[in-house]
Amino acid sequence: MSETNRRTLSVLVQDVPGVLARIASLFSRRGFNIESLAVGTTEKPGVSRMTIVVQCDEQPLEQVTKQLNKLVNVLKIVELGRENSVSRELILVKVRCTRETRSHVLETAQLFRAKVVDVAPESVVIEATGNRGKLNALLRVLEPFGILEIIQSGAVATSRGSKGIGERALRSA
Amino acid sequence: MSEKMTGSASLVRSLESAGVEVVFGIPGGAILPAYDPLMDSEKIRHILVRHEQGAGHAAEGYATATGRVGVCMATSGPGATNLVTALADAHMDSVPIVAITGQVASRAIGTDAFQEADIRGITFPITKHNYLITDPADIPQAIAEAFHIAATGRPGPVLVDISKDALQAQTEFHWPEKLDLPGYKPTTKPHNRQIKQAARLITEAKRPVLYIGGGVIKAGAAPELAMLAELAQIPVVTTLMARGAFPDTNPLNLGMPGMHGTVAAVGSLQEADLLIAVGTRFDDRVTGELSSFAPKARIIHADIDPAEIGKNKPVEVPIVGDAREILAALTVALQSQHDRGNAGDYAAWRSRVFGWKQTYSLGYDEPTDNSLAPQYVIERLGAIAGPDAIYAAGVGQHQMWAAQFVEYENPRTWLNSGGLGTMGYAVPAAMGAKVGLPDAVVWAVDGDGCFQMTNQELATCTINDIPIKVALINNSSLGMVRQWQTLFYAERYSNTDLQSHEFPDFVKLAEAYGAVGLRCDSAADVDATIEKAMAINDRPVVVDFRVHRDAMVWPMVAAGSSNDEIKYARDIAPKWDASDE
Repeated sequence: MSETNRRTLSVLVQDVPGVLARIASLFSRRGFNIESLAVGTTEKPGVSRMTIVVQCDEQPLEQVTKQLNKLVNVLKIVELGRENSVSRELILVKVRCTRETRSHVLETAQLFRAKVVDVAPESVVIEATGNRGKLNALLRVLEPFGILEIIQSGAVATSRGSKGIGERALRSA
Repeated sequence: MSEKMTGSASLVRSLESAGVEVVFGIPGGAILPAYDPLMDSEKIRHILVRHEQGAGHAAEGYATATGRVGVCMATSGPGATNLVTALADAHMDSVPIVAITGQVASRAIGTDAFQEADIRGITFPITKHNYLITDPADIPQAIAEAFHIAATGRPGPVLVDISKDALQAQTEFHWPEKLDLPGYKPTTKPHNRQIKQAARLITEAKRPVLYIGGGVIKAGAAPELAMLAELAQIPVVTTLMARGAFPDTNPLNLGMPGMHGTVAAVGSLQEADLLIAVGTRFDDRVTGELSSFAPKARIIHADIDPAEIGKNKPVEVPIVGDAREILAALTVALQSQHDRGNAGDYAAWRSRVFGWKQTYSLGYDEPTDNSLAPQYVIERLGAIAGPDAIYAAGVGQHQMWAAQFVEYENPRTWLNSGGLGTMGYAVPAAMGAKVGLPDAVVWAVDGDGCFQMTNQELATCTINDIPIKVALINNSSLGMVRQWQTLFYAERYSNTDLQSHEFPDFVKLAEAYGAVGLRCDSAADVDATIEKAMAINDRPVVVDFRVHRDAMVWPMVAAGSSNDEIKYARDIAPKWDASDE
C-alpha cells in the first residue's frame, strides 16, 4: 500500500442515530474504501469526531469531502496532512511464546515501549501505540515468534498547534 | 404555546403549519393513525392514489409545476419501498418533495415485524436527508426541518419515517420558531471576486455559450437569464432539465445539447472558447465522452451545490450560489465592463452557430407507408396546446421528441424524469401538476410502454376531478430500446415488441377508468383529435396515437462517443465549417 496517497480526514458530526451509516454509505456509494475509521465523543456534548483514513488521490478526495459536507449531520471536515498533524493507532497483538522465547518477546515489547497486558503459558498480549510506521516495525519483529491475532484500532489524529479543527476554516466551500 | 394531542394530530398540524395544501398517498397499518386526524383537516386535501409510486411522482409533478414542496404519504414496508423509485427520481432531478412514511412500533423495529422495512437505511443514498422518529415530541421539529431542507439550497427529497407508537402516543404540539441545523448552511450569495473574474472572461471570449441547466428553473432565474443573454448577446443552450428556462422563440436559443440535442447546441459546446455553465452538472448525456467534451473551452461553472463544481470537468471559475443571484450579479458586473468599453464581440460566432441552426434544423422523415409520424403528432400538440400548457413526459423516444418538437416559452412547463430516466413518470406527474395548477392545460406525453406502468392513476384523476390529457405515442414497442437494437444490435428486436396496437385496447382502457378514449391513426386527423381532446375538461382524456414504429430520434451522439461524432440523421454527419480560432 502506498503511503503517498493515504489521507486522513477529521470529521466532526452530530452524534445522532444513523450518522455512521450515512457516512459509510456515502463512501461506499462514491466508490471509496475506508482503510480505518475511529469514532468517539469530543469535548462538545452532542458532537462526535470521526477520523477516517482513505487511500485516494487529491481530486477524488476533494469530491468525497464535498459530498460529505452535504450530509446534514456533518458539521466540519478537515484533511490532516502528514506534516502538520499527529496520528496514533493502538494495537493489541497476541504472540505465541514458550518459556524459552518469552523473555525475547518481552524485551521486544520494551524496545517499542509497548506494554504486556496479558500473560498465559503459551502466549502474551502486547499493547502498543504509535504511528503506522512504528507499529509495522513492531509487527515485523514479533512475526518470527508467531503472531496469533492482531487487533487494531483505527487511527486517531489531530493537528499540531493550539487550534482544534472546530475553529479552523472548512476545507471546501 | 403548546397543545396536548396525539402524535398523529401533531403530524397533521405540523403539515398544516408547513403550508401543505395537498398530500398524495395511500393508508396502511402503520400510517393508519395519521389518516384519522387527516380526515378532519380543513387545510389539507388528501388524494388517494392507486400505487405509492404514483404518489411520489405526483408530488414531484406538483413540486416541479408549482415550485412548492410536494408531499406524499405511505405506510411501512411495501408502501414505503414503493416510494423508492420516486425518491431516487427526485434526488437525481433535485425536486423538493417530503415523504411521510409510517413505521412499525418502535419496540418492533429490527424484529422483522409485519410490513417492516428499514426505509431510512434504504433511502440514505437517494434522499437529501431522512429521519426516523420514535418520540412524538420530535414530530414538529422533524417536519419543519424536512420542509426547509427539501426546499432550500439544492432542492431534493426528504423522508420522515414515524413509528406507529409515536403516532398514537400523547404529546404536546409545538411548532418550532427556528431550526437548529448547524451542519446545513447552503451558500446562496456568490463570491464577488468570482463574479468579476467571470465577467472578465466573458468579455475576453470570442465564442461563449451559456450552458443552462435545470437549476436555473429551480432558482426562478429565467428573467435574470434572459437579461444576461440579451445584454451580452451570447447563444444559449438549454439542457433536458432546462427546457423552458429560456424561450425557444428567442433567436439566441440553440436548443437542447446532448445525446439527442440539436447540431447547433452540441456544435456550439464543442467549438466554444468559453462555457458559462449555470445550474447544470455536466451529465454524461450532455457531455458524451468527457475527454473530448468542449475541448477548446474555458469553463465558468456556477451551481448551488459545491460538490457539482469540478466533479466531471476541471473548472476555471467556480461560483457557488443561487442561480438567480449569480445571473443578476453577472449582469451587473458585465454591464459595468460594457460601460468601460469592454464589451465582447461575438458577432462572427453568432453567425456561425445561427448557420448551423438553420442548416441542421430539427426535422424528421415522413413514413413512406402512410403511417403516422410520432414527431408530427408532438409538433402539432405543441402548436395547438401552446406554450401555456404543461407537458409531462415519460422516458424514451417520445420524451426526446417532446423535448425537441414542443416550443417551450416558460419555465415549469416541461416536466420529465431526466436523471433517473423513470418510465411511468408522466401520468402521475401530470396529475400532480394539474392538482397544483388546476386552471392549466396539462398534457402527459407518454409512450405505450411507460403508460402501462402507471396508468392506474387515471382512476385517481377521474374520481378526484383531475382532468389531465394523455397523448399516447403508441408505437407498439419499447421504442428507444428498439432504436438501439436497430442501430447497435443488427436489428435483432429482443423483447421490445409490446404489441400494444392490439393489447390493451387503450380506448376501452380509458373508458374503463371513466376517461374519454380517442384514437388517431392518420396525419389528417391529428389536429381535429387534439382539438377534441382540448375541448374536454370534465374528465381525463387519453388519445391513442398509433404511430410508425421505425421512427428514430435524431440527431444522436452514440453512448460513450465524442460529441464531435454527432449524427444529424442515420449515417449523416454535419459538416463543420472552418474554425475561426
